[in-house]
Amino acid sequence: MSADIFALLLKSTGQTLYMVAVAGLIGSLFGIPLGVFLANSGKRELFAAPATNKVLGLIVNAARSTPFIILVVSIIPFTRLIAGTSIGTSAAIVPLTIATIPFIARLVETAIREVDPGLTEAARAMGASPIQIVFKVLLAEAKPGITSALTLTIVSLIGYSAMVGAVGGGGLGDLGIRYGYQRFMPDVMAIVVLVLIVLVQLVQSAGDWLARRFDKRIRPR
Amino acid sequence: MVAFEGVSKRFAAGRTSAEVVALDGIDLAVPRGSVTGIIGRSGAGKSTLIRLVNGLEKPTSGRVVVDGMNIAELDEKNLRDVRRSIGMIFQHFNLLSSRTAFDNIALPLEIAGIDKQTIEKRVTPLLDLVGLSDKRDRYPSELSGGQKQRIGIARALATEPKLLLSDEATSALDPETTRSILALLKTINKELGLTVLLITHEMEVIKTIADHVAVIDGGQIVEQGPTFEVFTGHTHATTRSLLGGLAGLHLPEFLTRQMVEEPEAGLRTILRIIFKGENATEPMLARLGSDLGIEVNIMAGAVDEIAGRPFGMLVVSLLADEAKIAQARTFLAEHGLSSEVVGYVR
Repeated sequence: MSADIFALLLKSTGQTLYMVAVAGLIGSLFGIPLGVFLANSGKRELFAAPATNKVLGLIVNAARSTPFIILVVSIIPFTRLIAGTSIGTSAAIVPLTIATIPFIARLVETAIREVDPGLTEAARAMGASPIQIVFKVLLAEAKPGITSALTLTIVSLIGYSAMVGAVGGGGLGDLGIRYGYQRFMPDVMAIVVLVLIVLVQLVQSAGDWLARRFDKRIRPR
Repeated sequence: MVAFEGVSKRFAAGRTSAEVVALDGIDLAVPRGSVTGIIGRSGAGKSTLIRLVNGLEKPTSGRVVVDGMNIAELDEKNLRDVRRSIGMIFQHFNLLSSRTAFDNIALPLEIAGIDKQTIEKRVTPLLDLVGLSDKRDRYPSELSGGQKQRIGIARALATEPKLLLSDEATSALDPETTRSILALLKTINKELGLTVLLITHEMEVIKTIADHVAVIDGGQIVEQGPTFEVFTGHTHATTRSLLGGLAGLHLPEFLTRQMVEEPEAGLRTILRIIFKGENATEPMLARLGSDLGIEVNIMAGAVDEIAGRPFGMLVVSLLADEAKIAQARTFLAEHGLSSEVVGYVR
């Protein structure tokens, strides 16, 4: 493998990490609160707003059922509005983030719904405000679940980021397609796949380790 | 301390369910400093009743007055303040799995916005009080059921409440742990002067610690008063069935099989004698034999303790004619023992 290809590989890995990190961060920033709201805005719940809940639920479902590559091209005007351009690594972060928000929201919603309702009741009986219940009870108790949710999100983001080559996003997936496939360089393809596998493995292991640490429900003897 | 005045609670009909009347015209007073128990079967409305006291549920009509305040009228902000002065413990403890014993007890104080030093000063003696100082940094998953409930009790006491609500607090515990938890509640009631309102389906719990009791069935209070009087009077069918386990209330099989309702010459009379309070210890049966010359044969029975006073029932058979039986019953009545003829056997 030539030094040029190696430099490309490094650059592409950097692009992937950059896109995943920024999209993951911003996606969490919006996705976690959205998930908390979705989990608590049903009838007779903490922030009861059944109508809003229904509408947001529909939007989340719509966003999640749109194939990612279609989402990328269909929001190009929005991408241009946010990033100033619709081409390049930074621009690719916009559709990645948009796809991440509903993904995280649903996973966080599930994690929060798994918290024993008895704990919410106990906190209400102590005179906790809804905000206190969210931070001191729901998020604290759902921490292992949310950690797993974020791990899954990052893994999915690594996969999604391979598709943004279509809008000049770069990254490992793009390298694999352009050099490995279009230029018939199977060794480049193999290395790209290998790097992706290692990345996903690292993220998954780190996430599992963290989730286990946060989980105090079962203690190993 | 707590008064229910004509309280009703209906749950509106859903798409798949009919309207449910959970509580129907409840009038009940919980005296300050008492341990008041509400007993009923599951579905009788007791959970709804106790949740009205701290506003977790709102009554459809009527007033729930706690310490002079009508809970149903308070807005969210004031309700939260009132809740901080009412402790509550639960059947499944409801401890946060992510917090240590110490941090669980600290939670209501954090919620009330109390600073770290004060929290430390409050929580440490509470761990002492419930006998778990050595479990301070343990997580709930490392504690037994009884220990979890002790942490639950310490947590409920953290804000120094005047009233403690107990929602089936011992129902998930074994009999021995139940006794130790009840003893702890009794201590707290006596030493801290805390009013305790508890709901349970276990007669044993009421018998052991409640000085007042209300029996609830079908959303209505069917009987209420001092525990000893209610349980030994046991007039209402629901009370009777809840008391099922009480010694001597049910006649043994071998007796009921051969029992007839009408007296006949040569038949032995079956008499149920009810001992209340101090009379339970007096040797009245021996005196029936020595003073009246009636042969007494004990068939069933036991002596129990209700709200700290002895109470017992004995089922005896007497071989005597009607006049002698009447004489015996008069003698028993003169010494404060009530009796009833339940049947006759050969």
